[in-house]
Amino acid sequence: MSATDPGGRVQVPRFGHGSRVPGWDTAVDLTKDPATIPDPATTPVPPQLKEKIVQAMAKYPDRRSAVIPALHAAQEEHGWISPEAIDQVSAVMRVTPAYLTSVATFYDMFFTEPKGRHDVFVCTNISCSLLGADEFFAEMLKAAEGHPDLNVTSFECLGACDIAPMASVDGVYVGPLDTEDAHRIVEDLDAGRTVLDHKQLRYRRSTDPGVIAEEAGYFAPDPAKTDMADTAGLGPEGDNVDRPGPTAAIETPTEQDENNG
Amino acid sequence: MAERPLKILLDRIDEPGLNTLAVYERRGGYQSLRKALAMSPEDVTQDIIDAGIRGRGGAGFPMGRKVSFLPHGDMDKYLVCNADESEPGTFKDREIMQKNPHMLIEGVLIASWAAGTTRTFIYIRGEYAYQADILEAAIAEARDAGYIGEKILGSDHTVSLVLHRGAGAYICGEETGLLDSLEGKRGNPRLKPPFPAIEGLYNGPTLINNVETLATVPAIMRMGGKEYAKLGTETSTGTKVVSVSGDVQRPGNYEIELGIPSRELIYGLAGGPPEGREIKLWFPGGSSSPVMTKDDLDIPYDFDSMAKAGSMIGSGAVIVIDDSHTVLEVAKKVAKFYAHESCGKCVPCREGTNWTVKMLDRIESGEATPMDLDIMASVQEQIIGNCLCVLGDAMAMPIGAMVEKFRAELEAEIEAARERAEGADVADVIPVGVADEHAGPFPVH
Repeated sequence: MSATDPGGRVQVPRFGHGSRVPGWDTAVDLTKDPATIPDPATTPVPPQLKEKIVQAMAKYPDRRSAVIPALHAAQEEHGWISPEAIDQVSAVMRVTPAYLTSVATFYDMFFTEPKGRHDVFVCTNISCSLLGADEFFAEMLKAAEGHPDLNVTSFECLGACDIAPMASVDGVYVGPLDTEDAHRIVEDLDAGRTVLDHKQLRYRRSTDPGVIAEEAGYFAPDPAKTDMADTAGLGPEGDNVDRPGPTAAIETPTEQDENNG
Repeated sequence: MAERPLKILLDRIDEPGLNTLAVYERRGGYQSLRKALAMSPEDVTQDIIDAGIRGRGGAGFPMGRKVSFLPHGDMDKYLVCNADESEPGTFKDREIMQKNPHMLIEGVLIASWAAGTTRTFIYIRGEYAYQADILEAAIAEARDAGYIGEKILGSDHTVSLVLHRGAGAYICGEETGLLDSLEGKRGNPRLKPPFPAIEGLYNGPTLINNVETLATVPAIMRMGGKEYAKLGTETSTGTKVVSVSGDVQRPGNYEIELGIPSRELIYGLAGGPPEGREIKLWFPGGSSSPVMTKDDLDIPYDFDSMAKAGSMIGSGAVIVIDDSHTVLEVAKKVAKFYAHESCGKCVPCREGTNWTVKMLDRIESGEATPMDLDIMASVQEQIIGNCLCVLGDAMAMPIGAMVEKFRAELEAEIEAARERAEGADVADVIPVGVADEHAGPFPVH
C-alpha cells in the first residue's frame, strides 16, 4: 500500500527528479556545453568497427543512413551503446553524439545501459500471451536472476505467432515454450550449446494443407544435379530428424481440398 | 492425386534449398524478370494495374496505381520494400523471406523496372536476424548472377539493392516512419502530403510496397495481369497469405483465395479453437483491426466485405481469442502495446494511448465505473484521424470496437473488480454510507 504523510494523505510516488512522470531521470547536465564531434586523432576506434561503419556508409547515398547499422556494429563491439561507443561512431561518421543518442534511445534493440552478453527477448504481445507468455516471462526472469550474462527483456510482437509463446535468444527464434524451457535456455547458454535445438523456428514447416499435400508427392530433388544449402533450415534430403514436440511437421488434415475456395 | 491446390506465394515452399539461386532457377525463377525486361515499363505497369493487386501491408492500396503515381523523367527515384513486419499477429513475410527470398528479390527488380527506380532497398526489421542473413546471401547470389547491377541481362536497366536492418520499432512499419528510419533518423512519421510517390526517401519519388505484394509480382508477370485478376473477388483479386494465431489448433500461414468465408479459414484450415472452447472474439487483420465476434464468422475474407462489416483485413493476421480469456485482458495487451510503440510526435496518440492504458488499469483495480467506458470510447474517437499516421487509430479502432461490442462484459468486470476491491481495502477509504453517492470516476477520500 502507498505510504501516507503525517496528515494521513496518501503520498504519490515520485522519481528522483521530483516528477511523477518517469523518463527524465537521465537529464543532460545543463551546465555543460553540448558534446561536439570528437577528434578522430584523439579517439581510438577499433579497426574492425571502423571498417564496418565505413562499409555501411558507402552503401547509401547519404552517410547518415548508416547510423543504425553503425550502432548495431558498435553495440556488438562494446556490448552496449556506451558513451565511448557513441564517441567512436560519432568520430567515424562525423555526426554529433547527441544525434546518435537520440537515435539509440528510440529503438528497442539498442541498449544505453550495460547489459548481459546474451539477449533473451520474450514476446509478451497478444498472440503469445494468450498461450502463456506472461507466465513464461516470469519464469525466465526467475531462471536468469542474478546471472551476469543474461539480458532478459519482454518484447513486443517478434513476428512468430505460429510458435507462440516464443522468444528470441541471441536472434534465434524458439517456441512454443513452456515454463521448463526457461531453465533449459539458461543451461544451454551456459554450456555454449545450440539453444533449444528441437524448438527452433527454422525447422518449422508450413502448416498449409495445400502446401503439404502438394509437397508429399512432389519432391524428388536430385542431389547430384542441384546445389543444396541448408540455410532454409532443411538439410539436402529435407528434414528427416525425428523432432519431438509440436514443431515437428503436422499431419495432413483429411479434408484435402478445403482451401481451394 | 486431386487437382493441385492453388498456391502462388507458398508454392512448394518447403522445398529444400529453395533459398538458393540454383533451386529457384530450376523452378523457373527469374524468367518473369526476363519477360518484364523485354516489355516496356509502361506495359509492365499496365499488367500490374490489370492484376488489380492491392497492397498486402495493411492499407490495401492498389499497387498498380501506386506505381503509376511516380513521376517520369530522369531523376533519382527509389523503391523501398517494407519488410518491417511488426503488426502483432503477422508473420507471413517472415516465412516468404526465409524460405523463398529470390521470389521477393525478383519482384523488387520487376517493380523497379516498371517504376524506373535505380536504387532499391529492403528495410527488414532488426529482430529478423536469420531471415536477413538468408536475404543477404540471396542478394549476393543474384548480384553474382547478373540480376542486380549495371544493365542487367542485357537491358537498359541498372539497379542496386541494399538490405537495411532496422533496430526494433513498430512505427518503422509506417511508410514515412520507415523512410525517416532509413535516412538514419528516429522513425517519426511525416506529414502527408506530399506522399512518398512524389517526395519520399532523400526527397526523391519513392515507391514503397510490402514484401508479400512485391513477391506476388513475378507470378503476375508469369500469368499475365488479366489472368491473375480472375482469382479472388472482383475488387480483391488474387491470393493472400493469412497468418492465423492465438487460440487455434494449427496456427500458421495459409494461402487463400480472397473471398472465402472466414469460418473456413479459422475452422477449416487452422482447426478452430481447442476442443471444448468457443471463439469469443477475433481480429481479422492484426491487432489494429476492429474486433469481430463469433457472429461474424461468415463474412467473406476480402478487403471490401470486411470493410463493409466495419473492420479490415489489414496485414492479413487473424488472431483468435476463445472464451477462456476476458475482453479486458485483451484490451490491456493491445493498449499497452500501442502506448509503448507510439513515437510521441502527435499529442492525441501519445496521450490517448497512455490514458487508455490507465483507464483499463482502473477497471482492473476496481476504481472504474461504467461511465469510464463512455470516456474511453470518447478518447478513442478523439484519436482517430487526428494524427500524422494511423498508429493511434490502430489502437482506437479495436478498443472502440471492444467497448461497443463487449460493453456488458466490461461492465460486469467493473462491478466484479469493485466488489473485490471493496472487500479488500476500499472500505477503509470510503466512509460507510457515502460510497453510493460518490460512485463517480474519481476515488473519494
